[in-house]
Amino acid sequence: MATLVIAEHDNAALAAATLNTVAAAQAIGGDIHVLVAGQQCAAVAEAAAKIAGVSKVLVADDAAYGHLLAENVAPLIAGLAQGYSHVLAPASTNGKNYLPRVAALLDVEQISEIVAVESPDTFKRPIYAGNAIATVQSSAPIKVISVRATAFDPVAGEGGSAAIEGVSGTGDAGTSSFVGEEIARSDRPELTSARVVISGGRGMQSGDNFKLLYALADKLGAAVGASRAAVDAGFAANDMQVGQTGKIVAPDLYVAVGISGAIQHLAGMKDSKVIVAINKDPEAPIFQVADYGLVADLFEVLPELEKQL
Amino acid sequence: MKVLVAVKRVVDYNVKVRVKPDQSGVDLANVKMSMNPFCEIAVEEAVRLKERGIASEIVAVSVGPAAAQEQLRTALALGADRAILVETDEELGSLAVAKLLKAVVDKEQPQLVITGKQAIDSDNNQTGQMLAALTGYAQGTFASKVEQAGDKLKVTREIDGGLQTLELSLPAIVTTDLRLNEPRYASLPNIMKAKKKPLETVKPADLGVSVASTLKVLKVEAPAERQAGIKVGSVAELVEKLKNEAKVI
Ligand SMILES: Cc1cc2nc3c(=O)[nH]c(=O)nc-3n(C[C@H](O)[C@H](O)[C@H](O)COP(=O)(O)OP(=O)(O)OC[C@H]3O[C@@H](n4cnc5c(N)ncnc54)[C@H](O)[C@@H]3O)c2cc1C
Ligand SMILES: Nc1ncnc2c1ncn2[C@@H]1O[C@H](COP(=O)(O)O)[C@@H](O)[C@H]1O
Repeated sequence: MATLVIAEHDNAALAAATLNTVAAAQAIGGDIHVLVAGQQCAAVAEAAAKIAGVSKVLVADDAAYGHLLAENVAPLIAGLAQGYSHVLAPASTNGKNYLPRVAALLDVEQISEIVAVESPDTFKRPIYAGNAIATVQSSAPIKVISVRATAFDPVAGEGGSAAIEGVSGTGDAGTSSFVGEEIARSDRPELTSARVVISGGRGMQSGDNFKLLYALADKLGAAVGASRAAVDAGFAANDMQVGQTGKIVAPDLYVAVGISGAIQHLAGMKDSKVIVAINKDPEAPIFQVADYGLVADLFEVLPELEKQL
Repeated sequence: MKVLVAVKRVVDYNVKVRVKPDQSGVDLANVKMSMNPFCEIAVEEAVRLKERGIASEIVAVSVGPAAAQEQLRTALALGADRAILVETDEELGSLAVAKLLKAVVDKEQPQLVITGKQAIDSDNNQTGQMLAALTGYAQGTFASKVEQAGDKLKVTREIDGGLQTLELSLPAIVTTDLRLNEPRYASLPNIMKAKKKPLETVKPADLGVSVASTLKVLKVEAPAERQAGIKVGSVAELVEKLKNEAKVI
């Protein structure tokens, strides 16, 4: 039994979600290899080789893999997968994009966003916006699985000394090409791995008012998130959406400001350790999951909170 | 170009489902069912492509029970030209659905297939990508913008760090994200007209597709409930609790 973990990275640095995914691989047991598919990604491969518990790193360094286009990386991964019992990737937008394509090429079902490993063939995963947890068993010869990073404590990123081996794939499928991207740069911690997250909803009323949240976030070393309504209204960028169909977060502290607590939002944050809700409506469903609720006008609370921290 | 849109009948997004006492699944008896919200966005996008003169014909396809005709009629009322129901009472996994859709694609030869990014019941987020693998087509997942660029399709995608734009050769598969468009409501005259539009029913066996699965659901449980919290009276009290009781700041 051996697991191939697909590394999450931007060609320059290994992303933290890889460490959570290796943790899920450890829970399954057996040898763990990591695939770094990218372009000029040697630094990522070196970082992957240091992950505790990883015995081998495969590097596919090719212009075709630079943006992890699914048409190009899926055949690469499916080809390599033949030697493994499990293929794991983080349930990032990258993983969600290429992994089902890998599964279909291998003619197996994918198991999406597992939150627990019961045994090498049995896993738990949330369904219906987290309102139910399914235990599923797979009889597939190769189990293709995406991993919800927040459900697995990361392994150490240091201490390992895996061998690095180059692999080649089928190159460019020629059906898709990268045109460009707009990546938000921020000095704040990354939303899905931050210790504290402060999210704003429709109650914030404008994008300008999100400054109140940023000021607070900077005092607490927090990341800033948003509800769908806030993103749809243009108050916040799409990559800030927390929820069933956005990002899943589970920080030590989650502060929901002007968010009602729809099931789709709760699905993305209800596994946070401590939840604070600030809302002027005492009946808002967010209070049903909040450890500390403050029924008040957020425009009075936020400046006050900033002063007192 | 001909556009195929995949629509799934799912529990309405406003319903908070309950797990059955015997842990065999969730209780869907007497629960409101609707078109998956991401599929509504897919239908809307196809209709807009037709309004812009890019799409020539829109075919809506659903895999599911006879009752899924309701969702197909909705798609027809929103502007699809005809519909195909692949009728089965079995709850199929995404791979089986993708194989059935592939058989329909082989027959219909669309230039573009639009699916939702995720069904809000299974939360799988797989079918469009799997169909892309089976057909060998390019995929533009989690789309927030779709434009024609000569003989290609330019797709802007919602990704973890922001937005990414790709160019896809046709035929291609697009899966919809929330910001792609805001779906319209069907008007009463259009609902009436939709009743006369063609809706064809086929069976998985007619398509020569095996829907066997490698996945078995052993049980379905309710998630752990959170302990009820408290209301604090002031910002000062909140800060005190976070510091001394919860010890998170
Ligand atoms: C397919 C689908 C997927 C979805 N995915 C997601 C998702 O991933 N994430 C997500 O968040 N949502 C998602 N949603 C949307 C979800 O159903 C809700 O519509 C959304 O979460 C509501 O956002 P909100 O709480 O900011 O807005 P609202 O529900 O409008 O709530 C605003 C809140 O602000 C409070 N408020 C207003 N003014 C003040 C003030 N001055 N002071 C204090 N409080 C104030 C109000 O009392 C209210 O409770 C999805 C919906 C669908 C259909
Ligand atoms: N039974 C089905 N019938 C038609 N389309 C489906 C079906 N299941 C999934 N799809 C399509 O695939 C999308 C993603 O579903 P999923 O991969 O199950 O999360 C949906 O939004 C639909 O467009």
